[in-house]
Amino acid sequence: MWDYLKLAGLGVVAVCAAIAANYAHDLAYMVNAITVMLAAAIAFLWVLRTAGDVRVVNQNEYFDSVIRAGAIATAFWGIVGFLVGVVIASQLAFPQLNFEFLQGYGNFGRLRPLHTSAVIFAFGGNALIMSAFYIVQRTSAARLFGGSLGWFVFWGWQLVIVLAASGYVLGATQGKEYAEPVWYVDILITAVWVSFLVAFMGTLFKRKEPHIYVANWFLLSMILTVAMLHLVNNAAIPVSIFGSAQVQVYSGVQDAMVQWWYGHNAVGFFLTAGFLGMMYYFVPKQAERPVYSYKLSIIHFWALIFLYIWAGPHHLHYTALPDWASTLGMVFSVILWMPSWGGMINGLMTLSGAWDKLRTDPIIRMMVVSIGFYGMSTFEGPMMSIKAVNSLSHYTDWTIGHVHSGALGWNGMITFGVLYYLVPRLWNREGLYSLKLVSWHFWLATIGIVLYASSMWVTGIMEGLMWREVDANGFLVNAFADTVAAKFPMYVVRTLGGGLFLVGAVIMCWNLWMTVRAQPSKATQHAFVPAE
Amino acid sequence: MCAKQVKKVPKQVETTGHQWDGIEELNNPMPRWWVWTFYATIVWGIGYTVAYPAWPLISGATPGVIGASTRADVAAEIERFDVANAAIKQQLVAADLNAIKDKPELASFATNAGAAVFKTNCTTCHGSGAQGFEGKGYPSLIDDDWLWGGTMEDIHLTITHGIRNTTDPDARYSQMPAFGVDELLDATQIGQVSDYVLKISGQEHDAAAATAGATIYAENCAACHMEDGSGDRVQGAPMLSDAIWLYGGSREKIIASVSTARFGVMPDWNERLSEDEIRAVAFYVHSLGGGE
Repeated sequence: MWDYLKLAGLGVVAVCAAIAANYAHDLAYMVNAITVMLAAAIAFLWVLRTAGDVRVVNQNEYFDSVIRAGAIATAFWGIVGFLVGVVIASQLAFPQLNFEFLQGYGNFGRLRPLHTSAVIFAFGGNALIMSAFYIVQRTSAARLFGGSLGWFVFWGWQLVIVLAASGYVLGATQGKEYAEPVWYVDILITAVWVSFLVAFMGTLFKRKEPHIYVANWFLLSMILTVAMLHLVNNAAIPVSIFGSAQVQVYSGVQDAMVQWWYGHNAVGFFLTAGFLGMMYYFVPKQAERPVYSYKLSIIHFWALIFLYIWAGPHHLHYTALPDWASTLGMVFSVILWMPSWGGMINGLMTLSGAWDKLRTDPIIRMMVVSIGFYGMSTFEGPMMSIKAVNSLSHYTDWTIGHVHSGALGWNGMITFGVLYYLVPRLWNREGLYSLKLVSWHFWLATIGIVLYASSMWVTGIMEGLMWREVDANGFLVNAFADTVAAKFPMYVVRTLGGGLFLVGAVIMCWNLWMTVRAQPSKATQHAFVPAE
Repeated sequence: MCAKQVKKVPKQVETTGHQWDGIEELNNPMPRWWVWTFYATIVWGIGYTVAYPAWPLISGATPGVIGASTRADVAAEIERFDVANAAIKQQLVAADLNAIKDKPELASFATNAGAAVFKTNCTTCHGSGAQGFEGKGYPSLIDDDWLWGGTMEDIHLTITHGIRNTTDPDARYSQMPAFGVDELLDATQIGQVSDYVLKISGQEHDAAAATAGATIYAENCAACHMEDGSGDRVQGAPMLSDAIWLYGGSREKIIASVSTARFGVMPDWNERLSEDEIRAVAFYVHSLGGGE
């Protein structure tokens, strides 16, 4: 019965998408509608082939197939995102690479949101969904709630990525940083995200453990807050149901404030809280050590989520934003410093008694460096939120360097560590194909990040100083074009750093591929929910 | 007497007793430096919000006890320079355009001010060295080839009102006919006249075509570009007999220019710049090497 309802639903979606494609006002909308139509048609055939079959699901077995798919998607989108990043870094260093034939599709302006969304939402998002599903099942000792809801979350998220990415290239965007997807993609995101919440919360509700593990607090706060941020920031009215254009509900400085309340907390909850959830599970597992301090985890969790949500205005210092909002944004950002570092302390101190593993286990090394970069960027962030510092750093490449030491160093490295941890376990293999290749990946990525971040510090501070330089009569000394010309060598170094990071990730993919293909299986055993 | 030997036993911290998938939690206290730094930032934060505008109330927000305001700060800084420069700006506006160079203090001020205005407003099209972009229609300002004249008065007028814009009725204006698009000449004739232009600019050309082109030139082009190709600054008709080209001087580029005509636009800067700024930047451009 349920199968036939699904078939009817998918059929309706496919037909509606076909009608929408026919009446489309713009190319991006038409391509997106055709994509939805194809996705619904494929899903329809998939369901049709097995409709009415009786499927026996062992409720005592963890739902790991969706996590395997998540691992593949994470690695795949990671490569895509890093590659586009290297391409746009090259375009900035060598503007000739914005070839004439790419205009309107593959020039920097079109590819930049493709890069940010691919790394944050495709790579980071898949990493978070995959980890959340893995962690919540293990730490609740329960199979993922909601039957095949996990598959809807997975495929729905991939569809969101494809629609958003193809839309950007064809010109469909809201023009809001990190919230570029247009109205109908936003609706799909909402549906997928609510399903994610239901699957996660449902599993927590049926947990067999008396307490909820700290990793799950972080993951749940991520899911709930991102839902709220997404709904508020994307409030918009479509111009037509057959077009990708929309009008924002807010305007002027209010819109800017809502956008950066969203933007900052996308960093705070998606890339910080969510990834702290990953850290709190995978670091103790890989180190085989208890978490350092339960008390610290409680205090820093609540302090972090209470304070983060207020810090957005620091993105709008010295703008039309009133002084009072600017002050509050700065003050909350500075107070946020220690709560952020609580996670770093708990992560690093968990290794006390296991520091020798740094020498032998490159995965632990990756996780430790990741926590190190986390600590560094969560110090740098509050510092940059101070108005006096911000007046120098704002709009410069320093911001780009800051974001990347967090994104490449913290989010990237912890995700690599998690993939190295998960793949042998998910595919039931005797360890990784090659630890030596992990070491190679580690060093390429680390050197890449160092080149990236330090070149951006240099060029950012130089640019800030050049912009503010005035002569005795108060006249500007440098033209904007002078600052662009001066940045060239650092742009080349940055591209090189990004290239090394990409090469490292390609090595990882090879290593993981060979782990699945060539490593001997462990004695057959399913991932069982432990008996009571 | 021996001191009592104290053997340091590593303190074994208890776990909380919870366990998830093999993960346990130790009951370590929070590091004291962490707690105290956290408290210190909170105390600092309270102090800062007392000092600066911070807490929103029903109408407006707490103004802060030290009376800080970023808007007032920036206004004061602009005011400071305005006051400091007021006298010399007045002199600049009052001075005869050609007399600025004779007053060292005024000339030095105009050069600095003009360079700043140029960097902010002009480099986008004319390049940060005022070298223009050959072939793209952005003229170089450092040579002595002027479209609309290179005296102080000419440059001042061009900057003030701009060229071929729709926003200033006093903008300099002229329009070349699109000989190809509007079918005033056919393709052969355009080829021939282009060869003639190649000839008068001293480039390699087809002699027979250039001879045929001479008549076409005389009938269609000489009125503005002059018989000898020296151009006419009154109507902004470029000189064709030098090797300096706005849109490129190859045969293809000349054919394209004759066929479609060109229509370079420059904004009227009197909307955005004050008279002293316009005079300063005119002086700066004039001093770059090509000024007459």
